[in-house]
Amino acid sequence: MKSLYAWGAIAVIVLTSTAGDVLLSRAMKQVGDVGALRRRVGVLAVLARVLKNPNFLLGVLCMATAFYSLLFGLSWGDLSLVVPASTSLTFITNAVAAKIFLHERVDQRRWVAALLVAGGVVLLAV
Amino acid sequence: MTFRKYLVLAGVAFFAATGDGFIARGMKQVGNISLHHLPDILLVVLNPVIALGVLFLLVFFTCYMTALSWADLTYVLPATSVSYVVLTLIAKFILHENVSFTRWLGILLISAGVGFVTQGPAFTPPPREKSEELLASLSARLEP
Repeated sequence: MKSLYAWGAIAVIVLTSTAGDVLLSRAMKQVGDVGALRRRVGVLAVLARVLKNPNFLLGVLCMATAFYSLLFGLSWGDLSLVVPASTSLTFITNAVAAKIFLHERVDQRRWVAALLVAGGVVLLAV
Repeated sequence: MTFRKYLVLAGVAFFAATGDGFIARGMKQVGNISLHHLPDILLVVLNPVIALGVLFLLVFFTCYMTALSWADLTYVLPATSVSYVVLTLIAKFILHENVSFTRWLGILLISAGVGFVTQGPAFTPPPREKSEELLASLSARLEP
């Protein structure tokens, strides 16, 4: 039963951190190139623009949910299961979500990279 | 991609790894926090090592947001996973932990993934820019 809870937590971590990454990425694309913007309007104006972006706030909320789910997951399952499983799965779900929601050109190169990193993360924890 | 942008990506990897490292070390100094004393979790930031970790993670978040402002998510995530390599090297050479063969194999896979993704373009131009690019290349071809 405990392992079912742990996998439930892993699913929530993967979903919320993927949603968080996609929302943060969308927010920053809406804000624009931070380096160029900073030279034009200054650091404080850039900061205000980021903090006022609804996608950014929602993204941070998702990331916070992912963090607390991780804490719950760790109380139900082993560190060596919860962390690598959720991290490596997030690399793959992020590639899918970025293609669907951000319309990124996820070509063969990026798929291979995501799969290699996901596999590598699993091996680190073995 | 300019040198400055690669530096931001390196910042994401470096500050994520070292920030996590400081927090892990600090939490070991603080010890277990009981569920009955949850407010204690707010006081852990008074530990200087944890405070340093939080500071590093703030720098990490700034670098991460900066990178996402000019690069794709599917580029930034694999490219910055070099932080796992940094963490393992820290574990091996600074903390003198035992790093097993499978972990070195994991490092190899991650490094290969990083190498793969950084060879490609960092950014997918939005559809409007794509059509502008196409127009520009067409008109360049049509010019005598």
